[in-house]
Amino acid sequence: MTDRPVLEITNLTVKLPKGADREHAIEDISISVRRREIVCLVGESGSGKSVSAFSVMGLLPGRDMAPIAGSIKLEGEELIGADEARMRDLRGARMSMIFQEPMTALNPTMTCSQQIEEVLTTHTDFDADERQKRILNILEQVQLPDPPRMAASYPHQLSGGQRQRIMIAMALVLEPALLIADEPTTALDVTTQAQILKLIKEIQASHDTAVLFITHDFGVVADIADRVAVMQWGKVVEEGTADDVLRRPTHPYTKMLIGSVPSFTPRVRPRQIDAPVVLSTDNLSKTYSGGGFFQKARPVRAANAVTVEIRRGETLGIVGESGSGKSTVARCIARLINPSDGHVYLDGDDIAKASPFQLRNLRRRVQIVFQDPYRSLNPRRTVGASIIEGPMNYGTSQRDAMKRAQELMSLVRLDPGSLDRYPHQFSGGQRQRICIARALAMGPDLLIADEAVSALDVSVQAQVLDLLDDIRQRLDLAMLFITHDLRVAAQVCDTVAVMHRGEVVEYGTAAEVFGDPQHDYTRSLFAAAPGRGFAFGGAAA
Amino acid sequence: MTAPDLVDSAAQAAASAQRPSLFRQMLRNHSVTFGTVVLLAMVILGLVAPYLGTIDPASIDPVWRNKVPGTERTITLPSGEDVAFIHRMGTDSLGRDLYSRVIYGARISLIVGLFVALISVAIGLTIGLVSGYIRWLDGIVMRVMDGLMAIPNILLAIGLVSLWGAGVVTVIIAIAVPEIPRVVRLVRSIVLSIREEPYVEAAISVGTPLIPILYRHVLPNTVAPLLVQGTYVCASAILVEAILSFLGVGIPPETPTWGNIMAEGRVLFQVFPHNIMFPGVFLALTILAVNLLGDGLRDTLDPRMAKRF
Repeated sequence: MTDRPVLEITNLTVKLPKGADREHAIEDISISVRRREIVCLVGESGSGKSVSAFSVMGLLPGRDMAPIAGSIKLEGEELIGADEARMRDLRGARMSMIFQEPMTALNPTMTCSQQIEEVLTTHTDFDADERQKRILNILEQVQLPDPPRMAASYPHQLSGGQRQRIMIAMALVLEPALLIADEPTTALDVTTQAQILKLIKEIQASHDTAVLFITHDFGVVADIADRVAVMQWGKVVEEGTADDVLRRPTHPYTKMLIGSVPSFTPRVRPRQIDAPVVLSTDNLSKTYSGGGFFQKARPVRAANAVTVEIRRGETLGIVGESGSGKSTVARCIARLINPSDGHVYLDGDDIAKASPFQLRNLRRRVQIVFQDPYRSLNPRRTVGASIIEGPMNYGTSQRDAMKRAQELMSLVRLDPGSLDRYPHQFSGGQRQRICIARALAMGPDLLIADEAVSALDVSVQAQVLDLLDDIRQRLDLAMLFITHDLRVAAQVCDTVAVMHRGEVVEYGTAAEVFGDPQHDYTRSLFAAAPGRGFAFGGAAA
Repeated sequence: MTAPDLVDSAAQAAASAQRPSLFRQMLRNHSVTFGTVVLLAMVILGLVAPYLGTIDPASIDPVWRNKVPGTERTITLPSGEDVAFIHRMGTDSLGRDLYSRVIYGARISLIVGLFVALISVAIGLTIGLVSGYIRWLDGIVMRVMDGLMAIPNILLAIGLVSLWGAGVVTVIIAIAVPEIPRVVRLVRSIVLSIREEPYVEAAISVGTPLIPILYRHVLPNTVAPLLVQGTYVCASAILVEAILSFLGVGIPPETPTWGNIMAEGRVLFQVFPHNIMFPGVFLALTILAVNLLGDGLRDTLDPRMAKRF
């Protein structure tokens, strides 16, 4: 028993529909997962890691995308070619899956206990009392407070972390031999992520579960994996124990990936103390009053008394979890929303209360790069048209603007000849470069990057970060860098402000904040960062 | 030129794989083809009505009342010449040639359908854009639209006809007004989702004024849904016009429309069914064509198409 793997994938190939970017979604992959073992499947987007998981669960969309060779054995039983009825019996009972987004993976119209009960009624003939007992038992095991109340709650009444715990409870209630986790913590904040990872580890140890854990995050891999398989373009390029792969990678792609993970040690740069202050905020606050015609107003303080400053040539990082108010501050400074209180000084002018007419001139001096590279360019306009839109608003002739756009394309390391192409012809990283070019076309004094690299794969992320840093230096820009990723902040920022519930709880140079955090929240944030104990960045490259 | 990303170039090659053009996809869609062919046929019928062997659709001849289709007779042309003539679809209770009336009737139906669609889409689009984008106006405009939607179009038509007298313009206005709120709601919902897109925010932050933002970034997203909605409005307008004429509150009887031909045939329906059957078939066929065209357009212009960007 002990030597037979719970899951054994051998030489599996899954084809893609005609007209896709490659012939096979996954090609000739072999992975095995033993009892009590966590195997991490790691790779960038499009590497085929989710397809592998879906093949095991028999959840591939059908004829266009189906296994064409190889075998998948669950506890010795062949799954390829198994009929739908058998797969239904196995799913939930012998193997189960948890997903990235716990809100959409749970049915919003059913209470949590009804959803767990559904698993039990489908696969067992327990009576109602037995089912209730099991539900409360599993909810206790996933460490949810007050299980009876949680059981009676609807998904929207729970937090993201609690929802993911419910998902795990659902997946584990029948004690399956195999648990597949598809990026289960990607949508969660870093502190919640740390808790969920700990839970998965504990619970799989006590249940002897085999876990196939899919992730793109090497920090998570370092924290949780026993063994690692690295995927690229549908193939497993490297496989081994976590220690071997992380510390002694042999394949160049693995080396590149691990080398691209930013280090936690802040990069120290001489501060430019005498450089002029480009932007400063004084008690900047934003309060949403909420309420409507018939609802009582319920004010929400999104940002409260934020006071920071950025000098020319410097980067200020605002880090925090979702809902901490970091984007609110950025949007107030860019005047995409109006601050409710306080001052924003741009080269000495208070822009917090600038009228729409005054704003017209201010807009050129503050530019912003958004998070989602797929939505921040109008899909119906050529990238050239997007880049020259701003300068032409301020009276530059189309010819001059196009000439400048070509220079900017070179500056962001893209082909200047591709200005007449449409955004869908570019990849995510390239689009983000175009967005940077669009921002630079205005000749701003302050560049705001609002989670500008969060949606990118780690290797592309490294390139874009490099580019941003290069541009800041070359153009002597002040930069405001909003991120939830502490590693990124450590690499890019000169000064760091940590935000929590709308307030800046810690503010200082990167070396101070990362080296000797003072506030409890900052410390817990650092402690929760995945892969904390592992020296990434340079160490393995 | 510096070297473009090597890492990204494969993904880029994948993204630029071309799909067949929109026009080809439409041709391949049978509903679009059928709808277009039938509608074109109706338009041509209406345009060349005088040359299709028709006579004056309003000329009354009590001797030749209620004749069945295929009745032969001789008629005197304005030039004084006598010629043989066949009532292909028979005559109505006043002796008017039904074939001529049905063919000329196509004109009114198509004109009403087209103009109602154009007017309601144009006005609805303008109001919807403004109301969706300018927050403080939204509440007020939408309550007015709720009010407009509560007016039954047939009652409104009766009211307008009693005010201004019967006529094509009155009927078009009466049908178009209650359609406007539906278009406004559609456009507003699109605008509400588009204006949250980062590319709209990006346009704001590079200083693009309101009107160009609406025109460049928001408006193009409304074209496909409006084209589809327009065909539905058109179909319903043709039907409502027929109903109004049938009830006698629409186009006056001297102008033939499919609705008032049927209204006249109603009394003797059991004896002479052709009075209702022929205009009925034309009406049904036209509405079917418009609706199929709308369905086909929806399928080819579906929002899921946005994936190709």
